[in-house]
Parts: sequence; C-alpha cells; structure tokens
Amino acid sequence: MTPIQDVNPLLDQLCNQIQQHPRFTSDIKMLGIRTGGEWIAQALHQRLGLSAPLGILDSSFYRDDFAHNGLPAEVQPSQIPWDLDSQNVFLVDDVLYTGRTTRAAMNELFDYGRPASIILVTLVDRKGCRELPIQPDICAMTLECNQAIKLHGPDPLTLSLIDPAETDL
Amino acid sequence: MSPRLSSPNLQLNEQGKLKHFLSLEGLKPHHLTEILDTAESFINPQTNEIRKVPLLRGKTIMNLFFEPSTRTLTTFEIAEKRLSADVLNLNISTSATKKGESLLDTLWNLESMQADMFVIRHAESGAAHFFARHVAPHVHVMNAGDGQHAHPTQAMLDMFTIRKLKGDIFDLKVAIVGDILHSRVARSQIQALSMLEAREIRVIGPKTLIPPFPEALGVHVYHDMKSGLEDVDVVIMLRLQSERMKGALLPSEKEYFNLYGLTEQRLAFAKPGAIVMHPGPINRGVEIDSAVADGAQSVILQQVTYGIAVRMAVMAIIMSNAAQLAQSQNETALADTLEKAEREAQ
Repeated sequence: MTPIQDVNPLLDQLCNQIQQHPRFTSDIKMLGIRTGGEWIAQALHQRLGLSAPLGILDSSFYRDDFAHNGLPAEVQPSQIPWDLDSQNVFLVDDVLYTGRTTRAAMNELFDYGRPASIILVTLVDRKGCRELPIQPDICAMTLECNQAIKLHGPDPLTLSLIDPAETDL
Repeated sequence: MSPRLSSPNLQLNEQGKLKHFLSLEGLKPHHLTEILDTAESFINPQTNEIRKVPLLRGKTIMNLFFEPSTRTLTTFEIAEKRLSADVLNLNISTSATKKGESLLDTLWNLESMQADMFVIRHAESGAAHFFARHVAPHVHVMNAGDGQHAHPTQAMLDMFTIRKLKGDIFDLKVAIVGDILHSRVARSQIQALSMLEAREIRVIGPKTLIPPFPEALGVHVYHDMKSGLEDVDVVIMLRLQSERMKGALLPSEKEYFNLYGLTEQRLAFAKPGAIVMHPGPINRGVEIDSAVADGAQSVILQQVTYGIAVRMAVMAIIMSNAAQLAQSQNETALADTLEKAEREAQ
C-alpha cells in the first residue's frame, strides 16, 4: 500500500466545486453514505458551515447483493434529520466504483420522500468499471479502474493507493 | 417417541449461525445481541417508524398457525411485508388437516409451493423442531410458540423493549409474575435474561403455578408481591392461562387478583420508573388492574410495535446467513475445481 498525500487539499477542492454548483445555497441538505462517505460529508459539512444538520445513509438493506453476500456485520439506522421533499440533496460518498452503492442509496432516499434534485459528490472516481449509468457531478480525483484505493478515518482522514498486483488475488 | 426438544445444532448452520429460530436453548449470547442490534437498525431513531426495505423480495413466507393468535400472527405478517417478502397465512385448523392429512404431508405440499420460510404456531411442544427436522435444506423454520415449550421471538422483543427503555439488561432486576408453570413466554424470557446476564431474575406466583425446581432455572422465587416487587426495574406480567390448566390450581380468578393482581399500590413497591410489560392478551381485573395497564409505566403497546422490528431482524439474519453460507460453499467449490484443474495440468 502506498500512502497518498493528505486528504485536505482534495476536500478543499470539493468544497470549491460544491460552492460553485448552481444549486448551492447555505441551506442545502447534505447526506453521507456510511462509512467513508459519512467521514467525507462530516468534513465538508463543517468546512461549508451548512445550517441543516448532516444526514447519514446506511443503504445495507437496499443493496442488490443481499442474496449473495447477506447483511454486512454492522448495520445502523439511517438518520435523515429533515424532510426530504423538494430539497436539493448533496449525496456524498468516498469512492465511486461500480455505481451499485449509489443506486442502493438513491432507492433508499426515495423511500423517505421526493427530493427536488440529487447531486452526487465523490472524493474519488474509479473510472471504467461502472456497471450502472451513474456519474459523479462533483469529484476531486479520478483513477483508473484497476487502481484500488482505501480511505482511513475519521480522524485523521488519509487515503492509500492499493497496488493493482495486491488487489488481483 | 417424543421429539427431542433441544437438539443443540438443529437451528444453527455449519458456520454456527442461525438457520432456524426454534428456541433460545443452545444459542450463544452473541446470537441474541445480533438480533437486538439488527432490530435497532430497522427503527428510524427520529420518528420510531419502521420502514419497508427490499431485503426479502422474491421470498415466500408461510404463516402456519395451528393455534389461534392475533398479535403474533399480525406482527409476523407486518414484519414479513416490511421486508418485502410474499406472505401467505394458512389457517390450518380449518383446512386439510381436518380432512385427515398428516402434518408431514401438509408440510411437503406447502414446500412444493416454493416456500422459503415457515412461521409455525402449534399447541404441541416441539412442533417447530419437528418441522425443522423435516424441511428441505433451503427452507427455514421460525417458532411462533409451541405448546408450553418456547416462544423465542416474544422473549426477544421483550429483551429489546427492556434494553430500549431501561438500558443495559446487565444492570437490571426483573420480576416475572403469574403462571410460570404453563408459560412458554416465561421459559423463553428466563433463558434470554440469564444469557444476557440480568442482575437478578425473580419469579412471583402461587406455589401451584411455579415449576417444581425453579432453582435450576437460576431464578429467585417469591410467593408474595410486596417482597417480590421490591426494588425491581422491570415487571413482566403473564396471562393466567386457564385454557392450559388441568385440575384445581387456583381457587378463583378473583382470589388470584387479590393476591397477585398488579395494582398501583403494588407497583409502588418496585423502583420508581419501573416499566410494566405483558405479552398480551391482557385479562383486566385478573392479573392486571386497568389503572396499571393504561398507566404511565405500562409499555405493553410499545412491546407490540418493537415486536415487528425484532421479527424482521430474525428473518433477515436467517436469510442473510443462508446467503453467506451458499456464497462460501460456492467459493470452496470453485477453489476445489481450480486446484483439481491445476493438478491435472501438471
């Protein structure tokens, strides 16, 4: 594993892009996908000084691989502390890879209400392995599909690149 | 031959995880805490609502109730629907068994209708175990109450209610009051409480309604409410099960109420803020006074709601374990094939 630089510059870059987004106001709603997305969202939420509390989404019950993998070891309830209807929601995840986590998260979101829009924010986009037509709106870093990456956190947040040879077990 | 009630491994798969849920016997404390934690995740912490999730989409669950029930059947049905399963309720007392079909023939016919899980309530102790021994390997069995033996989901929803409202069970003194002898609920509750290491478990009731060797259950026995309720955090009232009583165990319901009925005066012996639970249906004026049943310390209706989340948790865990087992078997089979191919190539 190769440690990469501090995550802070990437977070700054995400903040910038979020602030420049046409749907950005100080009362947007932000939702982090457990666990990595939650860490990133916490950091962004603090930097942006958003007024509405941060929401956390655990999409384990909505995943499409339950029939193969069952439930993950720890599932916690989602916390969406505001009414979702007609809100612009910035949905935050750490790494976008196949797109299936994002699909599960969006399915869950629509069980809570009808947002006006969902803007997908990811720290890293692993391009080329997408299995669903889902792309990030805001993203700080792109990698090739065979470059796996791992986020460690929540404090301090660091990223490490996993050698393709190691992942190809 | 009577069925063995506690064959320890029947409800666990080869990875030691829940395959059926028949009784708390033979389970480990971690099985119980997994159920309680998973149930927690189905409840929205802000609104206490239980959401519908797509976990068991495409699975068929059949509720086979050989004995009447309203609360248990209904909460099982809601739990199954909140997991997005297809649900069938079979009222067996009015169907083919009346025409002389044997239990096994009924079972195999229902299995052929592509059932993935049976939820069974039966008046005979051991009925759920009997089913579990005879179902196909991919079919799961949940016990929704068998005779005087066990009612494990009721006990788990009681544990969930206690943990949610009073905190860690480890710190609590719990009294179970009434007809301990005939109660499958009490039996399962005592097992759960001792597995979760409750600080003290007491049973209170007349000698005729306490099982012969209560010390073996690890409980303290009291025959009067005043000393029994003193300083407890949780009071669990049981229904007087007149339908299961053979012979003269009690002089009259009125006398029972006079001695063991839970009134506001008696509840005052317990710790301030103690909660009052009851598995239902309640007999007002027999084991519990209306003022207590409807009072501020009563959590009887919360138990019913939490019962949905707990039953969802057990069913989700069972199906999740089955998926994980199949996955690991596939991986082993694949590894074996690769190894064999490699050996042949050399």
